[in-house]
Amino acid sequence: MSIVGEHTSACDEEHHALVDPGSSRSPSGSWGVRLGSGLIVLGLLALLAAIEGQQEGRVVLGLVGFGAIACGAAGTFVAVWSQRFAASNNHGVFFRSAQSQGIVAWALAVGMTGFYVILYWFPERLERMTHLLDPVATLLAGRAADHWFLYGFVYTIAVLVFGLRMLVKHRGNPYQLWRTASLMAFQLGFAFLLPHLMELARQPEFYFTYFWPLKWSYVFPSGVSELRGHPGGLGVFLLVWSAVASLVATPVLTYYFGKRWYCSWVCGCGGLAETLGDPLRHLSSKSSTAWRIERVSIYAVLGFIVLTTALVWTHASGHAPWLGGAGRRLSDWYGFFIGSVFSGVVGVGFYPLLGSRVWCRFGCPMAAVMGLQQRLWSRFRITTNGGQCISCGNCSTYCEMGIDVRAYAQKGENIVRASCVGCGVCSAVCPRGVLNLENGRTHGDRMVGHQGPWTRLLAEPPFKSTDAERPQHRKRHS
Amino acid sequence: MRGGRATHAVIVGNGIAGYTAALRLRHMQPEWRITMVSGESTFPFSRPALMYVFLGHMRYQDTKPYEDRVWRDVRIDLVRAWVEEIDVGGRRLSVGQHKIMEYDRLLLALGSKPNKFGWPGQDLDGVQGFYSLADLDRMTRTLRRTRRAVIVGGGLIGIELAEMLHSRGIPVTLLVRESSYWNNILPKEESEMVTALIRAAGFDLRLQTELKEVVDDGHGQASAVVTSTGERIECEFVGLTAGVSPNIELAKRCGLPVGRGVLVDRSLQTRDASVWAAGDCAEIVGEAGQRGLVQQVWYTGRMQGDVAAAGMAGSPRAYDPGVWFNSAKFLDLEYQVYGSVNLSVPGERSSYWERQDGRASLRLVHKDAALIGVNAMGLRLRHEVCERWIREAAPVHHVIENLSEANFDPEFFRRREPEIARALEGQLA
Repeated sequence: MSIVGEHTSACDEEHHALVDPGSSRSPSGSWGVRLGSGLIVLGLLALLAAIEGQQEGRVVLGLVGFGAIACGAAGTFVAVWSQRFAASNNHGVFFRSAQSQGIVAWALAVGMTGFYVILYWFPERLERMTHLLDPVATLLAGRAADHWFLYGFVYTIAVLVFGLRMLVKHRGNPYQLWRTASLMAFQLGFAFLLPHLMELARQPEFYFTYFWPLKWSYVFPSGVSELRGHPGGLGVFLLVWSAVASLVATPVLTYYFGKRWYCSWVCGCGGLAETLGDPLRHLSSKSSTAWRIERVSIYAVLGFIVLTTALVWTHASGHAPWLGGAGRRLSDWYGFFIGSVFSGVVGVGFYPLLGSRVWCRFGCPMAAVMGLQQRLWSRFRITTNGGQCISCGNCSTYCEMGIDVRAYAQKGENIVRASCVGCGVCSAVCPRGVLNLENGRTHGDRMVGHQGPWTRLLAEPPFKSTDAERPQHRKRHS
Repeated sequence: MRGGRATHAVIVGNGIAGYTAALRLRHMQPEWRITMVSGESTFPFSRPALMYVFLGHMRYQDTKPYEDRVWRDVRIDLVRAWVEEIDVGGRRLSVGQHKIMEYDRLLLALGSKPNKFGWPGQDLDGVQGFYSLADLDRMTRTLRRTRRAVIVGGGLIGIELAEMLHSRGIPVTLLVRESSYWNNILPKEESEMVTALIRAAGFDLRLQTELKEVVDDGHGQASAVVTSTGERIECEFVGLTAGVSPNIELAKRCGLPVGRGVLVDRSLQTRDASVWAAGDCAEIVGEAGQRGLVQQVWYTGRMQGDVAAAGMAGSPRAYDPGVWFNSAKFLDLEYQVYGSVNLSVPGERSSYWERQDGRASLRLVHKDAALIGVNAMGLRLRHEVCERWIREAAPVHHVIENLSEANFDPEFFRRREPEIARALEGQLA
């Protein structure tokens, strides 16, 4: 007798079942799409000519190029998505090379990581492109553009253009419309225009929507003394703003709404992930291994920044001269490894390979703090609608944070996870209307699932997930 | 127990009924040996999700409800093979070509198969239902040479199949026997709503039209269908979606009593004391003179797997599905039903609201002023609340006054309870 758990034979079965869309004749290619893509190509050419050229009007040509790319992309998105209805939002996602870690995705990843490497460590290479934005920088900030201005400009355009794509794609879903509009508004207003306008008014370039520990430097002694030393009352106001936002507003809002109030409605990193990153959200790993790594890495980064902050203040206080430059060195390391490499190069550059929320899931210390609170002391939960789940897996597949939503839904349990950013896409893609983002009346009942005759049968026994107790007979198999 | 070794439970079929039973049994009997056999796939997957694999929303591996390692962790052996014969008396079965497996308890969770009603040409290449992994493969192959497709039979799978074909740019014709889409299940207005939606999506819907025959192209492949109106429609793919019927061949071959399905009692035990049946393939024998119960939706498979496991583990329980419910999605129109809807219960009345654009509706079915059923289109309702109202026969006035309690729409969706309540209340007088 031979009864072997033939776990290995799954491989052929998987390839076997992958559907080849070879004969796909999708009804795209409308005049709107052609016009849009044509505009993108012309814009790229204009931009290239402006960067390389020496002629008088190259700045104008460059601005026209930026404009044409943005308008072309926006037009293409409207043309494609306005023809689809909600149920076909994800048609063909896994058949496209750019969206399924194919050769196009690798090329994009190399390009995007390359851009970040140049931006952080070889900004002089961007100089010709940067100066194309001088008129914009003069208008907004009253100075010439630098590479950070270029970055903020491109970033904001990306959020707006891909945000428009989200708006058309989810036009039947008010939750998605409001939060996408909110992300676009915060990026444009608070993370781009306002800081530069403050510069123009000879005030500090201040980002109202970034707080410690995400924006660590605001509470470092150097940042604090800079603001405090600023003439006029504004510097002090900004210090108070930072303190209130970190210590009061964040915990209060997270208690009532979960961390989504920030991650999916306000944050600039979230803004990029939810717009530019939306076509890639399904690439996040749902394996329990990824979850284990996440729990170590995100709290490690939190520990790192807490320690760094404590050290730089201890040093600044002058009470621990024996520390020497440890705080300074630690904060340099943090800036390099976490600020630049993790959140930039890996966090965004790897979008096409690892999905859109790598930084938010594995690194962001702000997400870590709010996540702990969300898990332990918040009214926010995703509820499961009784016994309606059919375990299809759309929710898990499209969870950008890699949460195996289905694991909870098929048990009839609420989803209360530290990492959940409340984007609401699991609820939007569920074909059976099973999932709903809710703020309860208290935090006490957040873990409870719905009660009904199906509850007992949905609730699965707590299995031991260890191989230690496997009985001997498995080893005897031929 | 035989010869001092652990009791061996074998589960044939790894669909929702089979794998639920396996997990439940492991919980109730930590020491038993449990083997789950399936010829279709090694690991369980979600059958309703196959369409999303075809559509490119997910990969096949994303349809698995549990990570592969879970089955190892809970010590459930997975065997990929077809079960050929069962020797009920000797309590053994032959698996695959030459393997014999002995069992102490056996569960048949064999599923069902698409109905074929003896149409000429129904077994030609290019004619198929959409049920299994093999169907997905077959369909993908046929579509390489398909210019036009015909779907026979209404219902959920019919519209899903149409959507799938449409996504590849293949024109679809639907042949439906009824005068309005799925009106044997949906009430008149809802059925008309779905009918309008299908037409708006650009599908060629032929009502009151049946299949007469599938035409052979001379090489064993379908090349056209002929309808009951005598029309000939050229097509290379013919989808059969006129319902499913239980897989009973294996049970019949081994001498177990079968009717429409494998006959079982309330605890889902067959006539043989070591054999149970659950899910799509099972028929629960009714009281004398009553028709047996065959239930073929996801949650009943799950509930039956659970009950069968309890019986196998030695603590039998009567199967009680509670208040009926179901849900589905027609293109982008969501549908939920609770309790008795469109069942012509004597004395029933119904109150109906429809949104102006014809893309959402709510129906309350009541009898003697007590709620017995709810049907929602384009709205999400709370299962827990609808179930309680129906179970407790809540007064329909109370239900209308408290509709918001049952609202499960996402945040920021427009709440229309006052409008709905006015419309429903107006019909009660």
